[in-house]
Amino acid sequence: MNKKLKTFLNGLLFENPTLVIFLGMCPALGTTSKIESAVYMSLCVLAVLLCSNIIISLLRKIIPNEIRIPVYIIIIATLVTVVDMIFHAYLSYSIYKELGSFISLIVVNCIILGRAEAFASKEENSPLDSIIDALGYSCGFAGAIIIVAFFRELIGSGCLSWAGNEVRIIPAKYTISFFQTNAGAFITLGLLVAVYTYFMNLAQAKKKQKEAKKKLDEKVNTAASLKAEGGK
Amino acid sequence: MELLSIAFAAMLGSNIILSRFLGICPFLGVTKKTSSAVGMGLALIAVVLLSSIIGYALNLLLVALDMASYLRLVVFILVIASFVQLLEFVLKRFFPSLYKALGVYLPLITTNCVVLQVCLDLVARDYNLLQTIVYALSTSVGYMFIIVTFSFIRTRLDNQQMPSSFKGNAIAIITAGLMAMAFIAFTGFKF
Repeated sequence: MNKKLKTFLNGLLFENPTLVIFLGMCPALGTTSKIESAVYMSLCVLAVLLCSNIIISLLRKIIPNEIRIPVYIIIIATLVTVVDMIFHAYLSYSIYKELGSFISLIVVNCIILGRAEAFASKEENSPLDSIIDALGYSCGFAGAIIIVAFFRELIGSGCLSWAGNEVRIIPAKYTISFFQTNAGAFITLGLLVAVYTYFMNLAQAKKKQKEAKKKLDEKVNTAASLKAEGGK
Repeated sequence: MELLSIAFAAMLGSNIILSRFLGICPFLGVTKKTSSAVGMGLALIAVVLLSSIIGYALNLLLVALDMASYLRLVVFILVIASFVQLLEFVLKRFFPSLYKALGVYLPLITTNCVVLQVCLDLVARDYNLLQTIVYALSTSVGYMFIIVTFSFIRTRLDNQQMPSSFKGNAIAIITAGLMAMAFIAFTGFKF
């Protein structure tokens, strides 16, 4: 596996911010009552994370080490203000209201500051690597919250909606409106985390088994070759 | 009466964790032990209360200078970050025992969304100084109440048997959901 693909997959799967390392959980719960708001929230995070990773990885030689965290915070806060203004101008008002202060709160989202500190500011990662890292993490975030939003909207309201158009999938009689409430958000996310952990554990167990088998094979091979040598 | 209903709504009715989904990262992070939950809660009360008062004053200044729309977020986060740093110095110099007890939770507060949200709320809701103080205090007390209660539950969860994929944070999030369900009872309560 080459390094760039590994960087991308690391954010997307192995260190998924929402499901594995539990960073930036607030929007994962707060903006997932509808798929549409989850998609816009992910776009917001993508834009801010991408820009902040690029800027910080370009500026890392200039930023003094002692005050790097305040500098990162100012860069991120400025980017968030820009994104917030763009969304306010172009997004429909109902969606903007639904996202509410979660856009402003990206400033204190640990995913963004975490990637700045742990990846973009490191000497060995080029700006291109930082872009890939940002894409990986924001796709991981987007994937997780869109899945949560899908189940919450589908089971909670029975419809899937986009920009005011609704498609009813489950008849209104059979919906469980609990999933649209706050408690439903926690429980849906908790179940998703459990399912994800189950599959990750499965994959890990398989990998371990493979490695153990490989080791055993090697042992058998060396034993055989030793025997052959001994036979000589 | 109005102050009482602000306090009740902030503490229980629309609790900052369970119904507004803020400050979830520390909520999951520090509740493994009750002592750390108490430390985090106390530190948060101090920071929220004082930074919201400073934020209130600075917002008046920004509005007077007509720069509020684009500078507010940057100013607020700077105030919070520097205030947390300042509090760290003061505690270290004058109250070393408290400083030791709070430990690593103090710097972590900078990235707690509760602090920023309280500052943004008091602007959005147009609170005056007294309302700001009541709101900040009751929100942070509500936060502490939830994380301490949750840490009691969590210490008992550790020795329960469950499928291995639920262990750790998955069951914690589901438990928080059950707590949120209980808190639905407080919504819409008016004085």
